[in-house]
Amino acid sequence: MLDAQFIQLLLAGLGTGGIYAMIAVGFNIIFKSTGALNFAQGEWVMMGGLFAAVAVSEMPVWQACLLATAAVTLVGWLSDRIVIRPLRNHAPLTLTLVSVGLAIASKSLVMLTLGKNPQGYPGLSGARKFEVLGAHVDAQTLWILAITVVLMLLTHVFFAHTRYGTALRAACANPEAAALVGISHRGAIAASFALAALYGGLAGAIITPMTLMSYDSGAMLGFKAFSAAMLGGLGNLYGALLGGLLLGVLETSIGGYLTTQFKDGVAFLVLLLILTVRPHGILGRPDVVKV
Amino acid sequence: MGYWAVPMLSKFKGRSKTPAVARSAGASLRVLGLTWLILAVWPLLAPNDYLVSLGGTFFINLLLVLSLNLLVGYAGQVSLAHAGFFGLGAYTSGVLSASLGWSPWAGLAAAPVLCALVALFVGIPTLRLRGHYLAMATLGLNAILSVLFVGLVGITGGPNGLIGVPSFTLAGWDLGVPAAFFFLAWTVAGLAMLGLRNLVQARAGRGLRALAASDIAAACMGVPVLRYKLTVFALSAALAGVAGSLYVHQNNYASPETFSFFNSVLLLVMAAIGGLGRYWGGFLGALLFTALPELMRSIHDAELLVFGVAMIVVVGYLPAGLAGLLDNRIKRRGGQP
Repeated sequence: MLDAQFIQLLLAGLGTGGIYAMIAVGFNIIFKSTGALNFAQGEWVMMGGLFAAVAVSEMPVWQACLLATAAVTLVGWLSDRIVIRPLRNHAPLTLTLVSVGLAIASKSLVMLTLGKNPQGYPGLSGARKFEVLGAHVDAQTLWILAITVVLMLLTHVFFAHTRYGTALRAACANPEAAALVGISHRGAIAASFALAALYGGLAGAIITPMTLMSYDSGAMLGFKAFSAAMLGGLGNLYGALLGGLLLGVLETSIGGYLTTQFKDGVAFLVLLLILTVRPHGILGRPDVVKV
Repeated sequence: MGYWAVPMLSKFKGRSKTPAVARSAGASLRVLGLTWLILAVWPLLAPNDYLVSLGGTFFINLLLVLSLNLLVGYAGQVSLAHAGFFGLGAYTSGVLSASLGWSPWAGLAAAPVLCALVALFVGIPTLRLRGHYLAMATLGLNAILSVLFVGLVGITGGPNGLIGVPSFTLAGWDLGVPAAFFFLAWTVAGLAMLGLRNLVQARAGRGLRALAASDIAAACMGVPVLRYKLTVFALSAALAGVAGSLYVHQNNYASPETFSFFNSVLLLVMAAIGGLGRYWGGFLGALLFTALPELMRSIHDAELLVFGVAMIVVVGYLPAGLAGLLDNRIKRRGGQP
C-alpha cells in the first residue's frame, strides 16, 4: 500500500488540507465572535493570491506573500470597520446576508482593479521538487505543511496562553460579561475579522503557486474550507485542522484513484453527510438544538 | 388590563375591515389583476422579438425570486441551491424531451416533482435542527448539482450544454415563438402570484410568518414547525423546477454555468433587494434582475459591484427592500386627503 503514488497523493492531499484548515480557522473565528457564516472568507483567500502576484514583480516571493497577507488583514479590518460594525447588533442571519454582499462587492472590486486573468508565481523555493520514498513532491507542498503546522501552534498559543487571545475568547463566549471586565465586544469583532482575513490571505498567498488564482476562484476554495470546518466541528480550532487535513486527503485520493470529473463534489458530499449524521462535527460538542 | 384593552380594540376595529396580515402583505387582488393586465400589453409594445422574449425571461426570474422570497421571507430559512433546483428542473425537462422524446408538458410536470423530492431529501435531516443548517446543506447541494451537470456528459451534454430541446406546443401551436411563450410564462407566473397571495392570507401563511419570527413561539401556538418548513422548502424548490422547465423550452438549450452556486447567491440578493417577506418583493427583485443587466450593458463589469453594495445597504438598512419603500410611499400618499 505504501507505494509511490500513495505517498504522492497523501502529501498532496495534506498540502491542500493544510490550506483548507487555515481558511477553516478563519470561518471559525468569525462564527465564534458573530454567530454568522462569513461568505467573504473565500474572497480574502483569492485576494491573498492576487495581491502577492502584483507585489512579486518588485520583491522576492516570501516578501510578496507577507505583504499580501498584511494587506488582506487590513482589508478584513476595514470590512468590519465599514460594513459590519454599524450592523453588529443585528441577528446572525442578517450579518450572514450582509457578508454575501461584502463578498460580491470585494470580488468585483478586485476584478475591476486587477483584471480577470489568472495569476501565478513561483513557490517559496522556486519550482524545486523533492523525492520522498520514491514520490515526487513539490517543495511548495512541504512549505504549506510547515506553515500550517507553525500557524496552528501559534494560534493555539495565542488563544490558550496570551492575554489578548483569552480576552477574545471571553468576548466571544459572553460579550456582556466580558464587557464588564473591560473587554470591548466591538474590538473583539474587529480583531476577529482582521485575524480571519490574515488566515485567508496567507492561505491564498501560498496556494497560488500550485493552482493559479483568478478573481472568481475564491468562493470554491472558501466553501470547500467551510465543509472542512463543518466536518471538524464549526467553531472548533482543532476541528478545523482535523477537518481540513481529512478533507484534503480524501479529495485528493478520490481524485487520484477514482474520478477527476467528480472530485470537486467530494467536499460538498462530505458536508451533506456530516450535516445529516453528525451536525456538530467530529470534535464539536453536541449543542445543536433540534426543533 | 381589560380597561385598557377595550378602547384600543375599538380603535383598531374602526380603522380597517381586513385583517392586519392581509393589509401589510399588500396582496390586493385588484392590484394583482390590474398589473397582470398591463403586463399583457408588453408583446404589443416591445419593438423587437428580443425584448418580447426578455418579457418571458422576466416571468421565469419572477418564479425564481418569488419562490426564494417565500422560503426566506416567509419561513425564515435560506436556500443557497435555488439556481441548482432551477437547473435540475431545466435538465429534467430538457433531457426527458430531447433524449427520450417525451412531451415538454410531461417535463413541466416532472421537473417540480423531482425538485421537491430532492428538497425533501436534503430538508428532512437539516430542517430538524435549529439554526441555519439548511443554508449550509443547500450550499453543498448546489455545488454537487453543478458538478453533476458538468460531469454526467452522457446525460446532460456536459460543459457544452444540452442542445436540441423542443419548444412547448399547444394544439399544433408553436409556443416557441417569443410572443406565444410570453403568454405561457405570463400565465404560470400569474398563477404563482395568485397562489402566493392565497397562501399568505390563509391560516398557513400566518403560521409561516410566526415561524419566521420565532419557531419556539410558533410551536407554542400549535404551528407544526417541521412540517411547515419542509412543505415550504419543497414547494419553493418545485417552483424553481417549474421555472427551469420553462427556461429550457424557451431557450431550447441549457448550459451548466446558468445554474452555478454563484447564481443562487445572486437570486438571494435579488430576493433581499426586492423585499424579503413582502408580497411584491419577488416581483420587484425579478424586475431588477431582468432589467439591470440590460441597462448596464455598457458598464457590464460594474454590475456585480452594484449588486454587492445594494445587498449590504438593503439587508443592513432597508430590511423590507424595494417593496417596503414602495409600501411606505403609497401609505404616505394614502394618508393625505
